[in-house]
Amino acid sequence: MAILKDKKVVIIGDRDGIPGPAIADCAVTAGGEVVFSSTECFV
Amino acid sequence: MDLENQKRVKEYAEQYGSENLVVLLGASEGEAAGLAAETVTAGDPTYAGPLAGVSLGLKVYHICEPEIKAEIDEAVYEEQVSMMEMVLDVEDIIKEMSAIREQYTKY
Repeated sequence: MAILKDKKVVIIGDRDGIPGPAIADCAVTAGGEVVFSSTECFV
Repeated sequence: MDLENQKRVKEYAEQYGSENLVVLLGASEGEAAGLAAETVTAGDPTYAGPLAGVSLGLKVYHICEPEIKAEIDEAVYEEQVSMMEMVLDVEDIIKEMSAIREQYTKY
C-alpha cells in the first residue's frame, strides 16, 4: 500500500541533512499533499 | 524537534486526523532522526514541548528510507536528495526509524 499517496504530509527537514523544500518536491511526486514544511537547524 | 514544529505537528494531527498524516524527516543522522520520530509517535522525550506526554503515533519516515524512495519520481529524487544521501549513514537511519515505528506507530 502506498505510504504518501493522498496523505497530508508534514516535513521536518534538516539544514545539515535534507532540507524541507527538497523533501517537499519529492513528496509531491508520490501523490502526497504537503501541508507544512520546515527546515531545522541543530547548532 | 523544535517547539514550534511540535506545535504545528500537533495542530495538523488534530485538523486532519492522525491516520491521514505522514511525517517525513530529513535529519542528518540516525540519532536525530530517531528523536524526531519518537517525538511524533510516543511524545517529546525531552518533555519540553507541546508533544510532551502526547502520543500521536503518527506514521513517520526518513526521506532516504527505501519504501519512501520507491514512491518518489526517480529524477526528482536524484536532483533533490541523492547528493546528500551519499554522505548520510542511511543504514543507521533506517535502523533507528524502523525501531521507533515498530514500537510506537499506530497507523
